[in-house]
Amino acid sequence: MKMLVCVSKTPETTTKIQLTADKTDLDKGGMQYIMNPYDEWYALVRALELKEAGGGSVTLLNVGPADNDAVIRKGLAIGADDAIRVNSEGGGSLYIAKQIAAQAAGYDIVFFGKETIDYNGSEVGAMVAELLGTAYVGEASKLEMDGSTATITRDIEGGVEVVEASTPLCLSAAKGMAEQRIPNMRGIMMAKRKPLNVVEPVAAPATTEVASYELPPAKSAVKLVEPENMEELVRLLHEEAKVI
Amino acid sequence: MVLVFAEATNGKFKKAAHEVVTYGAKTAAAMGTECVALTLGDVQDAGDLGRFGASKVYNAADAALANFDSGVFAAAIAGAAQQLGAKVIVLSHNSTGKNLTGRLAARLDAGSAPGVKAVPVIEGDKFTVRKAVFSGKAFADVSILTDTKVISLAGNSIPVEESGSAVGVESISLDLPAPMVKVLSTKRAEGITPLPEAELVVSGGRGLKGPENWGVINDLAEVLGATTACSRPVADSDWRPHHEHVGQTGVAIHPNLYIAAGISGAIQHLAGVNSSKTIVVVNKDPEAPFFKAADYGVVGDLFEVLPRLTEALKKFKSA
Ligand SMILES: Cc1cc2nc3c(=O)[nH]c(=O)nc-3n(C[C@H](O)[C@H](O)[C@H](O)COP(=O)(O)OP(=O)(O)OC[C@H]3O[C@@H](n4cnc5c(N)ncnc54)[C@H](O)[C@@H]3O)c2cc1C
Repeated sequence: MKMLVCVSKTPETTTKIQLTADKTDLDKGGMQYIMNPYDEWYALVRALELKEAGGGSVTLLNVGPADNDAVIRKGLAIGADDAIRVNSEGGGSLYIAKQIAAQAAGYDIVFFGKETIDYNGSEVGAMVAELLGTAYVGEASKLEMDGSTATITRDIEGGVEVVEASTPLCLSAAKGMAEQRIPNMRGIMMAKRKPLNVVEPVAAPATTEVASYELPPAKSAVKLVEPENMEELVRLLHEEAKVI
Repeated sequence: MVLVFAEATNGKFKKAAHEVVTYGAKTAAAMGTECVALTLGDVQDAGDLGRFGASKVYNAADAALANFDSGVFAAAIAGAAQQLGAKVIVLSHNSTGKNLTGRLAARLDAGSAPGVKAVPVIEGDKFTVRKAVFSGKAFADVSILTDTKVISLAGNSIPVEESGSAVGVESISLDLPAPMVKVLSTKRAEGITPLPEAELVVSGGRGLKGPENWGVINDLAEVLGATTACSRPVADSDWRPHHEHVGQTGVAIHPNLYIAAGISGAIQHLAGVNSSKTIVVVNKDPEAPFFKAADYGVVGDLFEVLPRLTEALKKFKSA
């Protein structure tokens, strides 16, 4: 089975978000980056497990500039066979999806993470499925293969649904699908020699742009309530906060 | 025209459907146009959506819509938008919406804004919507540059408003593809509001010490009618199910009230919960970082404080 795992690069989770003076961009000075956790922990690892069990190949795909190579190499160190980077600064979700769709022909499964932890869009996987005309299953927490048939458990509002679909298909991986793997020394050494092919983007217009950013208003100081006096907390929640 | 996809679960609308119609009606008003709702499959009292501002409700009932397949549903919504001449499509940013927003945007070659929190600001032909980014650490004002626009609304972001009365339901016939996904089984916890939609949430962290101690959380949640949640290490240790894990790598929530007990308030946890309107923190360590993000704090042992709070709430409820 040929598997493609789409990975993105996101700021590290402890990053404190700060804005440029004109608020039109994030202040990226000193920002550290990681592979988007859903892509790394769940999508990539499940693809590797399927390869280990049934053969095939796992290719990473990233749309981004040359600075992204470090994150891609980490994916190769975890165990992917090779990687493709579409050399581009990006241009919004639909732009990215069109770049992915242009590379995705011939793969049985195209994996995504359920969302990126920066823009929280949850939309690129579904876009690629639509562009390729395949099935799409979002927020999948379990994936089993039997030949070309996938049995997938997906998270739905307040529950789970089990569905079946045939390859080729696209899915987004959520918690539960696999366990995070830490790359070992051998993996890191091997990753240096694995192919990372750089291709040029296809033409596609930007469909959205971020006009500006805003930080949430600062919280006013916490009001402490004596641990013996929970009647007072109830009163505050009712009369002051008006949430009960 | 604004077209709202109002989802029904087992034929009935939930709060998310009322929110999304309210949002569509406000968006239509800002654009100087009308808002119509689309319902798919077997739906009871679809015309009731008129109360929240839909001037018309369309329904397509087709065997292919009995189960959810993102390809079929996206074809249905896009087809209706094209037939009716709708330029803005609004849906809920829940699990159904997350399977659809991207497909719709790609199908219509439209710009999209998933998970918005406020009604669009329209200035001339500039159309800008606010969404949370970094799981709530910041907001982005996103301009959609295309003529057709797809927007999904984050749960519990705007209050439901009644602005009209029930309207008639018209059936609409749509060309639908064959489903590519077959549903084998569906399981929903009955009577519990899912976390992304919950107005009241009670959450426990590693301070609970073990799964056997969750009674204090469950009892409090029960008197409040709240949904339960937890920090990541709690879910990772299988003390609680994964779907309860909130934070930057879990569910992002926006309740009116979030009560956190035995949670230190790591930045990744705060990211998913700091859109809560009111935050109450119970922690025995007065230096716990969570107190900086809290509205109300109780410095004390949660095993004493939570039962006391539960009792006080019982008294309040019965008064
Ligand atoms: C990449 C990455 C992503 C992450 N994503 C998330 C995420 O999405 N969500 C998330 O929650 N975490 C996430 N984390 C983990 C996060 O950094 C913290 O480790 C985690 O939130 C801590 O959980 P906790 O507060 O339950 O436990 P702890 O940090 O151990 O805190 C326990 C708290 O309980 C208090 N306590 C103990 N006993 C009592 C008592 N009897 N009464 C009252 N208080 C008591 C203690 O004072 C302490 O403050 C992530 C980490 C990484 C590296």
